[in-house]
Amino acid sequence: MPNKEDLLTTKEVAKFVADGFLRFDDVVPAELNERALAEMEAGIERPRGGDPLTGMWEGTAIGDVVRLPKIQGIMASLVGEDPLYDHHAVHIVPANREEGQSWHADAIIDTRTPFDIQFFYFAHDTPREMGGTMMLPGSHYRRISESDIARYQNFLGQVPMVCKAGAVMVAHHGIWHCAQPNLTDRTRYMFKLRLNPTVRQLRLWNTDDIDDPAVSGELNANHRWYGNEARLEVVNRIKLWRFLTGDETYDLGYWLSRLENEPALVA
Amino acid sequence: MALRQKLLVLYTHSPDLNSTTVAWSVYDGTGEQKHTTGDSEEAPYSSVVAAMRDGWRVIQFPQQHPAYPGMEYNTAYLKYEYILEQLEDVGE
Repeated sequence: MPNKEDLLTTKEVAKFVADGFLRFDDVVPAELNERALAEMEAGIERPRGGDPLTGMWEGTAIGDVVRLPKIQGIMASLVGEDPLYDHHAVHIVPANREEGQSWHADAIIDTRTPFDIQFFYFAHDTPREMGGTMMLPGSHYRRISESDIARYQNFLGQVPMVCKAGAVMVAHHGIWHCAQPNLTDRTRYMFKLRLNPTVRQLRLWNTDDIDDPAVSGELNANHRWYGNEARLEVVNRIKLWRFLTGDETYDLGYWLSRLENEPALVA
Repeated sequence: MALRQKLLVLYTHSPDLNSTTVAWSVYDGTGEQKHTTGDSEEAPYSSVVAAMRDGWRVIQFPQQHPAYPGMEYNTAYLKYEYILEQLEDVGE
């Protein structure tokens, strides 16, 4: 069982609900980054999709990364302590690649509220000229299929994952993202791991701050690329927050409450 | 004279052609420029009208449809997609 301090806070989970991803710097120590990078270069054993993650990659650096207390805490907070391995990939961007990958989500249209998570692990320094992964905050509720969004090139508020070695990002499976050009003379590596929940995703994190007023502030964050659809995205967040907290009356302001006001009284 | 087409795709805050650009793409059929994902942080034009004032011709308007029943709160693609063009003589 993860230590409480390694679990996500309510404010962090609220930010995940609003943005669709969280980043954590300095999670993996340097020595482990070096060993993990060597494994990425050599190839990492591919387990069977749908098997429990626990116990996978014993005696390997990537297994040691997965079992870091902070990684275990993030995982437990979002998909439970014993998730299923879905798949992984070592993403490689060759040196001097001037073209960015098309925007895409990794999933096809998934209308369910429960969600998978994906870890993005950067084992070496990733400055902007090397990429890394461009993310579009708040894109995870959009019902698109994989590369249906490849016509788009730029969005207001897009965020490149630029980081030092040892950084990790965790994202909702629906997040829009794309690998960025690598203008250096070094190959870029990134390890991605998708996990499925095995428990109902209900208050799995450290809920000590659940009544903190800053939580609603996180949930209300606007993303400029939404344009006129910002209110619809707020409704999407309210619905996921109700699911995650079990509070079926939760609202931000009065968005869903007014729709749920259906008077039956005949005056 | 050999004309080639440059396409500018602007996604706006609302159907108003004066509203703010929130996303954009450029596809250059002249071969002079290469554009790709994540290659700019600021839009080339603040609105469709601003692009029109710089000589871009609007060649496609987004159609508007009422939401299908049960899908009123679904979000997917960016709704307000305007496609603009310029024709350039590449002199071949």
